Amino acid sequence: MKILVATELRQGKWNNASFETIVAAQQIAKDTSSSASALVIGKSVSAFADELATKNVAEVLRVEHDLLEAYTPDGYCVALKQVVESAKPDLVLFPHTYQVRDFAPKLAAMLGKGMIGDCIGFRNESGKIVFVRQMFQGKTAADVTFTGAAPWFASFQSGAFRADLLAAHPSGKAPVNSVAVSLSAEQIRTKPLELFKEAKSAVDLTQAPLIVAIGRGIKAPENIPQAEALAKSLGAEIAASRPICDEGWLPMERQIGSSGQTVAPKLYLALGISGAIQHVVGMKGARTIVAINKDSNAPIFEIADYGVVGDIFEVMPALTEALEKAKSA
Amino acid sequence: MNIIVCIKQVPAKDAPLAIAGNWIRESDIGFEMNEPDSYALEEALRLKEKHGGEVIALSLGPERVKQTIKEALAKGADRAIHIADDNFAQLDPLGSAKALAAAIQREKADLVLTGLQSDDHGFGQTGVLLAGLLDRPHATIIMQIEVTDGKMKLKRELEAGWFQWMECPLPAVLSIQSGINKVRYATLKGIMAAKKKEIATITRESLGISAEPTQKIEKIYVPTKTKKTEFLTGAPKEVAAKLVEKLKFEARVI
Repeated sequence: MKILVATELRQGKWNNASFETIVAAQQIAKDTSSSASALVIGKSVSAFADELATKNVAEVLRVEHDLLEAYTPDGYCVALKQVVESAKPDLVLFPHTYQVRDFAPKLAAMLGKGMIGDCIGFRNESGKIVFVRQMFQGKTAADVTFTGAAPWFASFQSGAFRADLLAAHPSGKAPVNSVAVSLSAEQIRTKPLELFKEAKSAVDLTQAPLIVAIGRGIKAPENIPQAEALAKSLGAEIAASRPICDEGWLPMERQIGSSGQTVAPKLYLALGISGAIQHVVGMKGARTIVAINKDSNAPIFEIADYGVVGDIFEVMPALTEALEKAKSA
Repeated sequence: MNIIVCIKQVPAKDAPLAIAGNWIRESDIGFEMNEPDSYALEEALRLKEKHGGEVIALSLGPERVKQTIKEALAKGADRAIHIADDNFAQLDPLGSAKALAAAIQREKADLVLTGLQSDDHGFGQTGVLLAGLLDRPHATIIMQIEVTDGKMKLKRELEAGWFQWMECPLPAVLSIQSGINKVRYATLKGIMAAKKKEIATITRESLGISAEPTQKIEKIYVPTKTKKTEFLTGAPKEVAAKLVEKLKFEARVI
């Protein structure tokens, strides 16, 4: 089987999730006696292609065109369709980034194929690859397989594989081959304009050693001061899952997760957070995770070191009091 | 401006999930409008209020999804299309999108909106696939829409706190990010008015869509734990004291 990883550059730099996906490809290749190659796409990407060639890949494909300087879903779909048709991979892997979500399902559909997105792992069952992904906001896992003929398309969730396990090329350097693609300006129907950051982040949660985070379980904005009191007694920053910021109960800059900040504090105390994937990717690197939730089946407990199944409105004040007591002791 | 909003009905957020093979037992649980889709519906209603036209709610699924369709009508959608399919939980993302695209093609819509993803399957592919099948430009994870002279200026969310402005011509397909707006509640007047609104039901078979899937969910299951969680039990005061002890002397993080 031939595996091809589509890597991603973000504002002229590697998106690190690309390397995680190459690790996934290397592991699938090893398990199924397959070969793993990688492609890099953009206007002028030879330096990136050369860097990829030092990794353990069979080949690096360089996909360059002036119209690929800025990402557009139309440009990427037209170009990558030609790459897949000429390179003929059996399995095309992507990092599950916002950009991949924006074009990869359409690319697969243009070839009459389907995509299994947001996978967290795989298993090789006598030559058939079973992809594992989450459903019901992480409350269940699902084993998913492709039913039709190759090529197959899949993406891996950020953090599902460890980029530091990336193997170097055994003999120094893989061949780099340029793939010519034809693309015209009329084929690109949307026009990307300026990039910007919204909030001048008053707080950089990535630097906070202790974080108290609230989720839907907080129920109403009137209850947030209770969580803030707890955060204060710990000397922690307050943060939240997406729905809380969507409601406007806390500013967007306090959001943890795929659309917010990614943090790895010493302590992450999750209050009334169910643990949907989009949140977990932003905090699973925390050294110690404490989860307090009334639902014993909440997926947050999958990753918690300490768990309390209970009412946060009872536990929060008790914990604040216990922390104050410990401080004065 | 005529807008079609694709709305999925999903198990209620707090519904206990009883796994049955590759889906869940539906008999004892409640269902609700997929939350990301409620933001798409709200955005469609706001665009209609500003630019005129009509909003059509489109939903695929068994008879039960009519309840969610009625909610969309009560909130202000003008009419609805129900693609009836008892087996829709078994469809792959491409199969669902093909059925939706076939129904959309029968209408003259300037804009098709979807939520970003569903809270049950969570495929997050429908909007992008519709754009491909309908051959229309698209954009995803949209946080703001401004329509002027037949084209749109869009604010698209990127990762790690970044955003990007972009231009997109009409007709188009957009998938809407949650939090783009404040979702309205249905009023009593809206609920009464919804009773007179049209729900056109068509079967998926009548759309002539082949159901040959590209992928199959073999089974679903409770995920295996990656970490050993130590559960602390007792009265709140007791639990709090234990937790402080653990954090101080075992994890040594405070």
